[in-house]
Amino acid sequence: MMEKMIFGRFIPGDSLVHRLDPRAKILFVFLFIAIVFVANNAITYGLLIGFTLLVVFMSRIRLYFLVNGLKPVMILVIFTFLLHILFTREGAVLLDLGFMSIYEEGLRQGIFIAIRFLVLVFITSILTLTTSPISITDGIEVLLGPFKRLKLPVHELALMMSISLRFIPTLMDETGKILKAQMARGSDIGSGPVKERIKAVVPLLIPLFVSAFKRAEDLATAMEVRGYRGGSGRTRYRQLNWRFKDTASLLVLVALAGTLWYFRS
Amino acid sequence: MDILLRQVGYSYAVDTPFEKRALTDVSLHIPSGSYTAIIGHTGSGKSTVLQHLNALLKPTEGAVIIGDRKIEAGVKAKNLRDIRRQVGIVFQFPEQQLFDETVLKDIMFGPLNYGVPEEEASRRAHELVEQLGLPKEVLGKSPFDLSGGQMRRVAIAGVLAMDPEVLVLDEPTAGLDPRGRREIMDLFHQLHIQKGLTTVLVTHSMEDAARYADQVAIMHNGRCVVTGEPGVIFADEEQLGDYRLEPPRTVRLQRHFEARTGLKLDGISLTEEALAKNIALALAEGRDSE
Repeated sequence: MMEKMIFGRFIPGDSLVHRLDPRAKILFVFLFIAIVFVANNAITYGLLIGFTLLVVFMSRIRLYFLVNGLKPVMILVIFTFLLHILFTREGAVLLDLGFMSIYEEGLRQGIFIAIRFLVLVFITSILTLTTSPISITDGIEVLLGPFKRLKLPVHELALMMSISLRFIPTLMDETGKILKAQMARGSDIGSGPVKERIKAVVPLLIPLFVSAFKRAEDLATAMEVRGYRGGSGRTRYRQLNWRFKDTASLLVLVALAGTLWYFRS
Repeated sequence: MDILLRQVGYSYAVDTPFEKRALTDVSLHIPSGSYTAIIGHTGSGKSTVLQHLNALLKPTEGAVIIGDRKIEAGVKAKNLRDIRRQVGIVFQFPEQQLFDETVLKDIMFGPLNYGVPEEEASRRAHELVEQLGLPKEVLGKSPFDLSGGQMRRVAIAGVLAMDPEVLVLDEPTAGLDPRGRREIMDLFHQLHIQKGLTTVLVTHSMEDAARYADQVAIMHNGRCVVTGEPGVIFADEEQLGDYRLEPPRTVRLQRHFEARTGLKLDGISLTEEALAKNIALALAEGRDSE
């Protein structure tokens, strides 16, 4: 169950997407999120799908793996799709079931929103799958750099982020372990009425919190004994390099925006 | 209860880029009432085998037969709770699984889950706390107020309280002080004999394997490479070396003694007591022949 999850996971690789500067990739994702909202008809949504598939292909991550790992998200997508179908009452009636009917506009909206959702999830997952958590935080720290003037603790924020990202897999492993230990003692989280299931979460969460706090304390001690004093005057071991391909990737996105703008109705 | 692993293979995270093979073609018979030690160096697949013994993991190849239940690769198994009640597992660092307000409630968690009546569960908790050498007062305390060693004992009590027929132990004494180690291992052995348990011990300690087990299985690179009696397995130093293991301290001491004195001891010594006896015998014989 846990091992199929791909949120926040990083798959090392050597594709073009992997080698892009993390700053470029983060900007790319934010620009892309804005661009998605430009699309408003079949051609433009088609272009978005095509573009997303191209990015997936270039990252050399197997589409099957991606789709499989995003199954939990699919439920959300289907849910929003159904909401639109059921509650939009515009355009011609496609299907009349008596107690409710499906309208043309509802179907159209439902499909478009679902595509928008999927495309966003895919692109953001590609970001985390092809960029190590450390590079992502490095990128964010640099991108947020200007806000230091406004007294925003950028370095500390970046550190907090990298620590949380770093511990996602650890906590997942731990959850798995504790889950197994409690299952061996007869607790059954996967079945039974909802009330029982909620009760069964307690023996899982308490040990998890206890160990997370213990771990945080150990980590703080370990950082302190090695003389960590925060961001001021700290040099970097990993240097970020902005290359031509990073500029190019953003230009491609601008071109996509232009094309979408041209074809939108 | 008999447990049989038949050509079991297991891979983690099948169908993802993280797929990792953990077990290949593992066949192992754990007869009812036996004390089996599974040894092997780190990463050899010991802990993965252990999780098959109560169907926490289902084999991706082959089959595991637990009592009269068969868990087969590719076949959906239902109603595993019965198996899990009969096969109790003490995981590595089991104190991490404590969660309830009081030690008493925590120990009763397992039995209550399996439908044991409250008074009976409470009776078992009181009895076990005593058996494990904990003061009676701890029953009313929060498990998080105890020392590490006491938490370990409480967690072990939580598993024993389910009254399992098969007891699976994964490094149950790792990180304890030497005295506590010995006490807990002796207790497991005592229960093994008293209650006629089938015990499986996964361990790094060759001394524990030699002292308590009547069957030893060596795991190496996800395969079960050798099974046999401890007396035979620990006598073959070359084979142990092949699997990056070494004989228990008593055997090593015996070899040094033999090399120094030129006397040959009878058989091999799996416990300190046996070693002392063998040395005494050899010395007495040596004196007689002079």
